[in-house]
Amino acid sequence: MDLDFSTAENTFRAEARAWLSAHVPTSRLPSLETAEGFAAHREWERTLFADQWSVVSWPEEYGGRGASLLQWLIFEEEYYAADAPGRVSQNGINLLAPTLFEHGTPEQRARVLPPMASGDVIWAQAWSEPEAGSDLARLRSTAEHTEGGWRLSGQKTWSSRAAFADRAFGLFRSDPAADKPHRGLTYVMFPLDAPGVTVRPIGRLDGKPAFAELFLDDVFVPDEDVIGEPGEGWRVAMSTAGSERGLTLRSPGRFTAAAERLARLWRDEADPADTALRDRVADAVIGARAYELFAYASVSRIAAGESIGAESSLNKVFWSELDIALHETALDLLGPYGELADDAADAPAHGGWAEGYTFSLAGPIYAGTNEIQRDIIAERLLGLPKGRR
Amino acid sequence: MRFLLDTEQRAFAKTLDGMLGSSDTPGTIRSWAAGDAGPGRTLWSRLAEAGVFGLAVPERHEGLGPLPVELSVAFTELGRHAVPGPLVETVAAAALLGRLGDRASAETWLPRIATGAALVSLCAPDTGSPYALDADAADAVFVVEDDTVWRAAGCGPLQRSSDPARRLSRPTGATVLVEGPTVRAATAYATDVAALTTAAQALGLGRALLDHTVAYAAQRTQFKVAIGSFQAVKHRLADVLLALEFAQPLVHSAALALASDAPSARRECAAAKVAAGEAAYAASRTALQVHGALGYTEELDLSLWIRKARALRDAWGTPAACRSLVLAP
Ligand SMILES: Cc1cc2nc3c(=O)[nH]c(=O)nc-3n(C[C@H](O)[C@H](O)[C@H](O)COP(=O)(O)OP(=O)(O)OC[C@H]3O[C@@H](n4cnc5c(N)ncnc54)[C@H](O)[C@@H]3O)c2cc1C
Repeated sequence: MDLDFSTAENTFRAEARAWLSAHVPTSRLPSLETAEGFAAHREWERTLFADQWSVVSWPEEYGGRGASLLQWLIFEEEYYAADAPGRVSQNGINLLAPTLFEHGTPEQRARVLPPMASGDVIWAQAWSEPEAGSDLARLRSTAEHTEGGWRLSGQKTWSSRAAFADRAFGLFRSDPAADKPHRGLTYVMFPLDAPGVTVRPIGRLDGKPAFAELFLDDVFVPDEDVIGEPGEGWRVAMSTAGSERGLTLRSPGRFTAAAERLARLWRDEADPADTALRDRVADAVIGARAYELFAYASVSRIAAGESIGAESSLNKVFWSELDIALHETALDLLGPYGELADDAADAPAHGGWAEGYTFSLAGPIYAGTNEIQRDIIAERLLGLPKGRR
Repeated sequence: MRFLLDTEQRAFAKTLDGMLGSSDTPGTIRSWAAGDAGPGRTLWSRLAEAGVFGLAVPERHEGLGPLPVELSVAFTELGRHAVPGPLVETVAAAALLGRLGDRASAETWLPRIATGAALVSLCAPDTGSPYALDADAADAVFVVEDDTVWRAAGCGPLQRSSDPARRLSRPTGATVLVEGPTVRAATAYATDVAALTTAAQALGLGRALLDHTVAYAAQRTQFKVAIGSFQAVKHRLADVLLALEFAQPLVHSAALALASDAPSARRECAAAKVAAGEAAYAASRTALQVHGALGYTEELDLSLWIRKARALRDAWGTPAACRSLVLAP
């Protein structure tokens, strides 16, 4: 057992660090949840892509570097330590790309992946519907087969950044007569500017407009935009949903960087006699380190040929609760300044805590709520009997 | 990087688990609590034969170590089976004597610790507790204070612990063994070993509490269904698994840091101690709650595990003390 990085890994780290320090914008980009910020972040994706840093773990033919999982973790650590901008293309990279690698055709990969890597096409996820949140299999939007393709109808909602994105991927009911709710679903990609698509932005808790509701009225999609077999959408979606909860959505770098900032804030600002706050800071620091080490153990298991399944639910609950703890503690430390929005004139210069806090509050809801994840942990990892749903 | 136990380490854990599983540890614990050290000493010898104590003793003193990673593996199993006795204190004393630079005490005690002939206790009032564990059953009791190491002549009256298998007393009538600046460094290392092995023990204890409770929840029925199908029960157990799963890598990395004398070792041992101690304690609270009144009875062997969790959480560095260390510059 060891935690030592190889020479090649250290070289990779040094290379990433040098590139980031030369290229990360010196001033914070506007929030990627706004139209202006979205455009600025798209430019940042292009900058990353130009030097092959946008999708380091992908094969070179699609714009990556063929980096190992561990190198990817290293890159992410450096990325967050450098305080580089958030990734506006994350839905595509974290959710659609793994699906294409596993279930897509070579033609689909060649067509979809390079413009995703370059930021030219930014993807939104269209899974949820007004009546289908946790119980996703109840979705009602339909895909009807027609000459050379499919016609999509229905309504999708809570689609992150769909207000500004170019295309979306989602699940549609293609066989309404199927005997079980999760049968007869089809996994489809579609353009957000196609005839028949209406995008209605929804303000988020923090007032930013980047959520959207999608209304689909007889939207035509060609056959080549179906991923996997028609009717097999549930299986396709579930085999990659783990990556949304697990490592690839939330690499540890983000939390170790935040924990370091929090510890610094505590040393600079806190009253050392406030032991209650000290304990919370320590717990957040310990939690971030635990998450990092847990990731190293997972990567080691994967490298040893094991597969990670329901364990991704452990990750999901842990990182989402850690994220809230980190941010709540920072706001408490800032006292009266904790209330200020990041763009308020008096906002703390080290900034970002306010927006980070609001975003962290969503963690226990998206990517499968933590209640659902705890059910999965109890039933699949502990073997407890299935309960009523 | 390969941050996983290797095949040998896993086999070692399995061997210890198997041996302890067939050793009637609940009976041994109850005897120990009643003041009969016989079965406990028999078990101690078998652990020594399996190599457990030798892991803390340098090779030049007939040991195998020091091997912190293997020690943490062994102590997880000792915790899983709630083995009684001054286990942590014995390996911490070995760590201390191995680094004191005092040949006489090292040559006298280290080989005997490695073979299991000596059961040793250690008291470090500077870390917060004035008590030595199981001094009444120990062959030697060492006390470290500031830059002095003492050997106690005896022990004061037994103070009952909330864990009946932990027997606490104040060391009395000390003779000075070593004095001087080497003591502080050796003591720091020994207390890190104590924190690490206590953390590992807590981790094993927590795993056993979880396993028993999951099994019980699957079998006990109320309202015509297994109580384990109730979401409120499931989610509490899921939280215990989460806490244990994320404490484990902290224990492993603390052991690695100690093995390489890394400057971060102190902080990492403290972090492991907080996480594992709190996880085991949460496991004990959940075990008690899910077992209902049955969990509140002394007859149930699980009570031996439940009552140990709180003591391990506070031994060798309270959570508050450890959290301070984690944030120390
Ligand atoms: C910031 C953010 C971004 C999102 N982005 C996207 C996106 O890009 N694309 C997309 O498709 N969706 C997205 N979502 C939607 C998200 O996937 C859903 O919110 C989620 O699946 C939960 O569904 P719901 O909101 O309808 O809540 P519901 O399912 O109605 O749940 C409400 C509450 O009831 C609880 N509950 C429900 N069922 C159970 C049960 N069986 N046991 C115990 N408790 C239960 C839930 O845990 C929750 O606390 C996003 C959500 C957020 C907050």
